[in-house]
Parts: sequence; C-alpha cells; structure tokens
Amino acid sequence: MGEYFASLSLAGLTGRIPAGIAQGIIWGIMALGVYITYRLLDIADLSVDGTFSTGAAVTVMLILAGHNPWLAMTAAFFAGLLAGVVTGLLHTMLGIPPILSGILTQYALYSVNLAIMGFKANTAISVDRYALVLSSRYVNSAILTGGILVLTIIALLYWYFGTEAGAALRATGCNAVMSKAQGININVCKVIGLSLSNGLVALSGGLFAQYSGFADVNSGRGAIVIGLAAVIIGEVAGEALLGKRLNFAMRLLFVVVGGIIYYLVYTLVLWLKLDSNLMKLFTAVIVAIFLAVPYLRKQSRSSFRLAARLARKGEKQDAQA
Amino acid sequence: MLRLENVHKTFDPGTINEKHALTGIDLSLSEGDFVTVIGGNGAGKSTLLNAVAGLWPIDCGRIIIDGQDVTGLPDFKRAAFIGRVFQDPMTGTAASMQIEENLALAARRGKRRTLKWRITAKERKSFREKLKLLELGLEDRMSAKTGLLSGGQRQALTLLMATLIKPKLLLLDEHTAALDPKTAQKVLAATERIISEDGLTALMVTHNMRDAILHGNRLIMMNEGNIILDIRGEQKRGLTVEDLLHKFEEISGEQFASDKAILG
Ligand SMILES: Nc1ncnc2c1ncn2[C@@H]1O[C@H](COP(=O)(O)OP(=O)(O)O)[C@@H](O)[C@H]1O
Ligand SMILES: [Mg+2]
Repeated sequence: MGEYFASLSLAGLTGRIPAGIAQGIIWGIMALGVYITYRLLDIADLSVDGTFSTGAAVTVMLILAGHNPWLAMTAAFFAGLLAGVVTGLLHTMLGIPPILSGILTQYALYSVNLAIMGFKANTAISVDRYALVLSSRYVNSAILTGGILVLTIIALLYWYFGTEAGAALRATGCNAVMSKAQGININVCKVIGLSLSNGLVALSGGLFAQYSGFADVNSGRGAIVIGLAAVIIGEVAGEALLGKRLNFAMRLLFVVVGGIIYYLVYTLVLWLKLDSNLMKLFTAVIVAIFLAVPYLRKQSRSSFRLAARLARKGEKQDAQA
Repeated sequence: MLRLENVHKTFDPGTINEKHALTGIDLSLSEGDFVTVIGGNGAGKSTLLNAVAGLWPIDCGRIIIDGQDVTGLPDFKRAAFIGRVFQDPMTGTAASMQIEENLALAARRGKRRTLKWRITAKERKSFREKLKLLELGLEDRMSAKTGLLSGGQRQALTLLMATLIKPKLLLLDEHTAALDPKTAQKVLAATERIISEDGLTALMVTHNMRDAILHGNRLIMMNEGNIILDIRGEQKRGLTVEDLLHKFEEISGEQFASDKAILG
C-alpha cells in the first residue's frame, strides 16, 4: 500500500491536467452534437459512434492526400452532416424508430469508415510531417486552438437556435403536436437537427484524430455515452454554479465544461494507476445514475411502495386508537 | 369558408377494432359562422375537427377551406389556414420555451421560418398588449417558460396563439373541459371576445349544452359519425337544454348518454 502511494507523484498529476483539458475540449464539441439531439430534439441518436470515426477517417485521409487540415475538417463536417441526414431519413421517411435508425447508420458506417481508410483499421498521421490543426505534442496550443474553435461553435449554435428556424427545431423536440399545429414541418426539423449534430461529432472526430496522431475505426465506440456524460455533468455543474442564470449560451458552454470535467476525472483515474479499461464501466455507471435521478426523485415523492408504507402506518394508528 | 363534402373516415379498417367514425359528413360554414358542436361520447366530434385539421388523410370526400381544396394537404400545411386549441392544456404550448417564444412561433404560422431572429422588439410590444387583454398577468411574465403556467393560463395562451395570425378557421375541441368551472368561464369569455372582435369562423366542440346554446350563431349535434341536427339563427336563440335532449332522443332513438352534458 505504502509502495503504491509512494509511486504516485503529484507532479505527475498536475503535468497531465493540460492534456485532460485539451481532450475535454475536443470531446466537448462532440458533446455539443449530442446535446442537440438528446436535449433539444429529445432523440437518443446512436449514429454518433460511427460519425466520430468517419470524421477521423475523412480528416486523416485527406490530410495524407496533401490537403489543408482545415479543409479536411470541413469535409469531415460535411460527411457527418450526410450521415445525420441518413439517420434522419430512416426515421422520418421510413418510419424506423430513432434509436434503431441511429444503430443502423452506425453499423453501416463501420464499413464505410474502413473503406475511407483503404480497409485498414488504423492510419497514423505525424505532426512532424503535416501542419496539423492541433496535436498532443503541443498541448497548450491545442487548448488554445480547440478553445477558440469551441467558442466559435457555441456562438454559431447560440445564433442558429435563436433564429426562426432554430426555434422551430427546439419546438419540435419539445412538443410535436403543437409544432405541427403551428405549421412546422417536424420531419424537416428532425433531419436538420440530426444532421447538424452528426456534423459536429465528425468535426470532433477529425480533431481527435489529429490530436492523437491516428485515425482508428473504433475510436468512436461508446462516444454516445461519453457525450451523454458530458451533457449531464455539465448540466449538474452549471445548475450548481449558476442556478437560474443558466441561460442557453451558458448551457452550451457547460456542455463543454462537462467534457473537460469528464477528461479530468479520466486523467485522475489514470494517475491512480487504475485500469483505464474500467473507465467505460465507470462512465456507464455515472451516466446511469444521473439519468435515473429525476425518476428516483419523483419516486421518493410518490410511488406504490410509499403508498403501501403510509397505508400500513395508518392501519397501525387505527389499531392503536 | 369551410365546406365538407361526403367525408368518410374509418379507423383500423379490416381489424376487430374497425370503426367507421365519420359516415359521409356534409357541412358548409359561411364566413363568420361560429358553430358549436355537441354530441355524446364517441359521436365523432373530435374526429370531425381532426379531419378538418388534417391529422390523417380521409378515406373519401372533399375538404375545402376558403375555396381551396385542402384534402391532400397534411396538418402542418393546413396550419396556414387553421388555428387550433386542444382539450389537454399541455398540448397547445411548448413547455420548455418562453411565453414570448411560443407567441413568436405562432406569429409565423404558415410563413417560411428563416434565419432571422425569432422575435422582434415590435412583436414583443404587441404580444404584451394582447396578453394584457387576457387579464391573467401574463404580460409581466413574458420570458417565463410556459411549463410554469396553470392549465387555464396555458389554454388562454394557446387561444391567443391560435388567433395571433387571423385564421380562416378556428377549431376548439372541448378546450375548457379540463379546467375548473371559474377558469373555464374566463377562457370561454376570452374565446367569445376574440371570435367576435376578429369576426372569426369557428367550430367549437363542447360537452356543455348550455354553453353550446349560449355561444355562437349555429349549433350542430353529432351522433354515430354524422350530423343529426343543424340549428341556426333565430331558431337557435330560442333553444333550451330540454329541447336539445328531446330532439336528440327523437332523431337518434336513444337516451343522451352523457350526464355531464345535462348537469354542466
Ligand atoms: N386515432 C384513432 N384511432 C382509432 N380510433 C379512433 C381514433 N380517433 C377516434 N377514434 C374512434 O372514433 C370514434 C369517435 O371518436 P371521437 O371523435 O374522439 O369522439 P368524440 O365525439 O367523443 O370526440 C370513437 O369510437 C373513437 O374510439
Ligand atoms: Mg372528443
């Protein structure tokens, strides 16, 4: 035991924090995508696991082919948009439930992503040979570039969801019957939302590939859970810190903060020399707990078990009387 | 303003639940007609309004609004002509959006939704004026989420949203049934005021025969998917609840099923 603690160095932890922040920002962009579907459209979209890798694959292959990294990321964004449209059409035009639509897209994307990478599961890209947008080699500048990018994205999302079209999308997720009665084409709104979401996820995948120096066909596995974790952690943190002042812009910002917190915890787990493979279990448990909280809270106020307990109490009192 | 020709609708055809809910409805409303709709449970009142709103395609017949055949248009396209208020107060507004956002959404009913900002300062001012007329204090809470409002406040807001852009047709489906009697009267008074001020053409379903007689210039009674009675003008003004019950038994050969309709 003593040996274990002796092996942990505080400097080792503080030294790793910037890398955690950088990764948190990159995954925060992905979480913004999840926020659009999960919170605004009320759809749990599982395509993101596939589109994250799509973004990575497109970005790396285009950069390797000699294109500008920013151009490559733009292409990744559009590839993501397209994947989102596919999920959206599976749902709205073919009547497949949204969760299944997402699973189908994600499954199909595995092959597509492999094809993009020339049927190799992993493709490396070196920051020494290419002018990457960011890299884990230069963590501080990665934080700066990622930070500017994420703030720009938040500003654009804030603007879009404040427009007539964006408000229609939010209304669709909140109340479909009302939206239709107000003349909103809810199918179009759902497709736009899914598309935008997957575009951001692919962009995040492209950044992540550059940061880590390779594109992997499996890099998006479980992305939806990490995205949800970031959304939920961010909400809890935002509500605790800002309370009623948590407006829409702040909500978006705190989604990214949630991503950063998630990766700082991840960093801590690694520093404690816990098996990082356990992180998935850990994340799933955290997300399950937070998703369950609203339900459990309601149950504590009113449930059959509670009713039975109160009834028994009443019986006892009647017997005593 | 509204014409229905031989409208039929069967739910779940070919199954054990098959239900011929509209059996060849013919109905014609002139501009400014305010028609109250009564009938027993399951008579097809909601189905009639849903057919007009375009929730699903009808089996046969034609629906014409202001000279335009809308039979082939889905609900969100017909929304350009139609304002709706539902029975359930939760249905008419977006709970997680602000009062003014809901109104702004309604102000764009039937228009293209562009990348312009969702609400203008001018609109905000006009919303405030219109909310004031409801006398519910909503004009001071315009940035509150509608999820925080009571059922009556939500219905009043939905009514305002449905009429913000003058609809060619206003559809009200028992929109006061879920409210307590006092609130129901308030919402009904607002309904009456808006319809008469704007000269709207309206169909209002109610389970309350007295309200059906009191409001509007025309009354129709439905039974088993069709209109069995259509009374208007002078004749309607002289009606009593007893008359209506009597007429119902005479035409349908049954007792009127709903106690609520008699007592309410
Ligand atoms: N969407 C639907 N699917 C199946 N049956 C329906 C549907 N809507 C209404 N019905 C049936 O049609 C009949 C008329 O219903 P409705 O129009 O709601 O009556 P009410 O006059 O009470 O409003 C009822 O038997 C009802 O069960
Ligand atoms: Mg009904």
